[in-house]
Amino acid sequence: MSLHAALRNGTKSVFLRFEEALDAPFGGEDNPLRHLGALGLYLLWITVGSGLYLYAVLDTGIDAVYRSIGYLSSEQWYLGGILRSLHRYASDGFMLLMLLHLVREWSYGRYHGFRLYSWMTGVPLIWLAYIAGIGGYWIVWDQLAQLSATATTELLDWLPIFSEPSARNFMAPDSINDRFFTMLVFLHLGVPLLLILGLWAHVHRISHVDYLPSRRSMLGTLAALLVLSLLKPALSNPPANLATVPGDLGFDWFILFIHPLTDLSSPALIWTLLFGLTALLFILPVLPHPQPQPVATVDAANCTGCDRCLADCPYAAISMQPHPRRPGWQLAVVDADLCAACGICAGACPSSTPFRRQETLLTGIDMPQQPVNALREQLEQALAQFTGRSRIVVFSCARGADASTLAAADTAVIPLLCTGMLPPAFVEYALRGGADGVFVSTCRSGGCDFRLGERWTSERLLGQREPHLRKTVPAARLQLYPAAAHDSRNLANALAEFRTRLESVSSEKLPPYQRKASYHA
Amino acid sequence: MLKPAAIVGQLILYGAFAAFIGYFATSPKYRQIPDDVALIKLSISHLGDRECRKRTPEELAKLPPNMRAPMDCPRERSDIRLEVDFDGQPAFRTVMHPTGLYKDGVSTVYKRFELKAGKHQVAVRMNDKLIKPGFNFSKEAEVTLVPGQVMVIDFNPDHGGLFFK
Ligand code: HEM
Ligand code: SF4
Ligand code: SF4
Repeated sequence: MSLHAALRNGTKSVFLRFEEALDAPFGGEDNPLRHLGALGLYLLWITVGSGLYLYAVLDTGIDAVYRSIGYLSSEQWYLGGILRSLHRYASDGFMLLMLLHLVREWSYGRYHGFRLYSWMTGVPLIWLAYIAGIGGYWIVWDQLAQLSATATTELLDWLPIFSEPSARNFMAPDSINDRFFTMLVFLHLGVPLLLILGLWAHVHRISHVDYLPSRRSMLGTLAALLVLSLLKPALSNPPANLATVPGDLGFDWFILFIHPLTDLSSPALIWTLLFGLTALLFILPVLPHPQPQPVATVDAANCTGCDRCLADCPYAAISMQPHPRRPGWQLAVVDADLCAACGICAGACPSSTPFRRQETLLTGIDMPQQPVNALREQLEQALAQFTGRSRIVVFSCARGADASTLAAADTAVIPLLCTGMLPPAFVEYALRGGADGVFVSTCRSGGCDFRLGERWTSERLLGQREPHLRKTVPAARLQLYPAAAHDSRNLANALAEFRTRLESVSSEKLPPYQRKASYHA
Repeated sequence: MLKPAAIVGQLILYGAFAAFIGYFATSPKYRQIPDDVALIKLSISHLGDRECRKRTPEELAKLPPNMRAPMDCPRERSDIRLEVDFDGQPAFRTVMHPTGLYKDGVSTVYKRFELKAGKHQVAVRMNDKLIKPGFNFSKEAEVTLVPGQVMVIDFNPDHGGLFFK
């Protein structure tokens, strides 16, 4: 294992532990670690909203700007002051969440193959976020702004960009003018705008984007920031004076940490670090990786053009095009570069129903590494070999909790690429083929490697999404269980409970159905 | 519905998030230089002189009448030599080169020095025409620096050359 892989796996297991632990108080929907991107976006909107107010009321000009910001905090604390604090704290939170999001996607290995685009478009966002953040602190024109402006220009001057050192602009009180602030405000509006455009591109290639966190986490986050703003309002440092060196300053370590770092080392080292890290992030995806999984393939003869696969694909890898042989019909087409090989489309396709009588089950869209025909054969074989009082078929996710240890004479375990590839009719097919119960172990909410697998699985099986599980299937005979990677023990307990319940209820059974028998009859 | 334990858990975690943000948004405090130190910023941006040569009468005669300038001045600017001493000790020595593809732009220098507050003898010497030896500009003075002061060493030919501010 390479050093990078070891580092990545170590980080991943720590991250996973935290993520799973937070499920206890939050549940998957509200778990912040499972929705870092969406929470980041939410904080960005808070920053933009509060920023627009500040922009509207600020006077620009060397002294005016400091005075008018101070006025907000001291006189108009109930509105301007709170919005100012929200603006600062939401942007700090944004930096923190962006970093966590980056570390999470990296440690989960989500930076190559079909995720290349999301990754590559993510990297420049970091630069934009910091440029916007640092620029924001200059606007206040207090001693912190002075320190940051001087330190930033000194750092920039190390690069051969300007013919005259840009730090000369901050030499003495008279070397700076009002135009500077107009330029600054413009920059502080323009860069965030670029950031938003960049974010639009960042999520452009995935579907059903998690644009906003759950309502409960939005309220919780806003409440936390509001309380913070009231208890500890954001305030300015003393006004800038270029004739003196700033003294002890209240310092924003989330955004301005680069300055102490430069003071401790040297501009050369900092630029090497910044460019080096950026280059590393860009190079990461093109390092050698395991062969990608085979992508979904469409069988034109079995595709009716219903577009359910398109609706469910998490990566917008499917498009509908005119059917080559049936005029007026549509045909699903897979873009191999975008396909994550999750199989969710195979689970969505109405042609995937195992009740079809064909000897070989051919569906509209299928995964070469685990075709629905093989799935049906595996299930039929398991059903034929079952012994015991309550026989249970377990469909599990190959990337979630390991279910293989649950296999027994009365328990068949069938791992899937993602539980989203399970056509709901397979549940009914198993029950009518001799199983007493079906246990589906999905990922925890928000924990699917393919973003939407567990969501579609539960919605389909609960009858809220097409293709749905038929209402005639007795609810008591189906158990959905969300299990994360470290949940093997919980999984075993949940299965045991399910078995006890199956044995105690004498709920109705579906009439048997034997494909082969009725076929030959 | 959330269980009471979950509500308490969420409250603690939201609180921790806010506290973390609130703390590191202003603390620990940072100061760039110790409180008994003053800063001298040396920042000069100046066009070096051109190293002109007097044309001989023969050369002048060869030129068209409207171009008979007595001096032949190349486009390039001279390098600039600069020396700074504090309290009689050499603190900085440099030769600044003109910017621009044709070496016809300004030469610049920017440097910060940290000095203990108090009295200091500051001497600056500059030569912007290196074909001549020595220094054609110089400035020396005793300055009293108070803690936290920023003193600037700059150059402006219209204000008598080198100056302290
Ligand atoms: C500027 C702050 C950022 C925000 C607000 C943000 C937001 C988002 C959002 C909303 C998603 C979609 C999540 C989903 O629907 O499942 C996403 C996905 C993603 N982001 Fe970011 N992002 C940011 C920065 C970054 C950075 C810096 C990187 C890494 C270089 C990155 C890498 C990714 C990747 C790889 C995905 C795809 C995840 C997947 O396919 O499962 N993002 N981001
Ligand atoms: S396998 Fe997954 S990513 Fe590929 S087309 Fe099907 S649903 Fe989309
Ligand atoms: S779900 Fe199946 S039938 Fe419908 S468009 Fe996709 S491949 Fe074709």
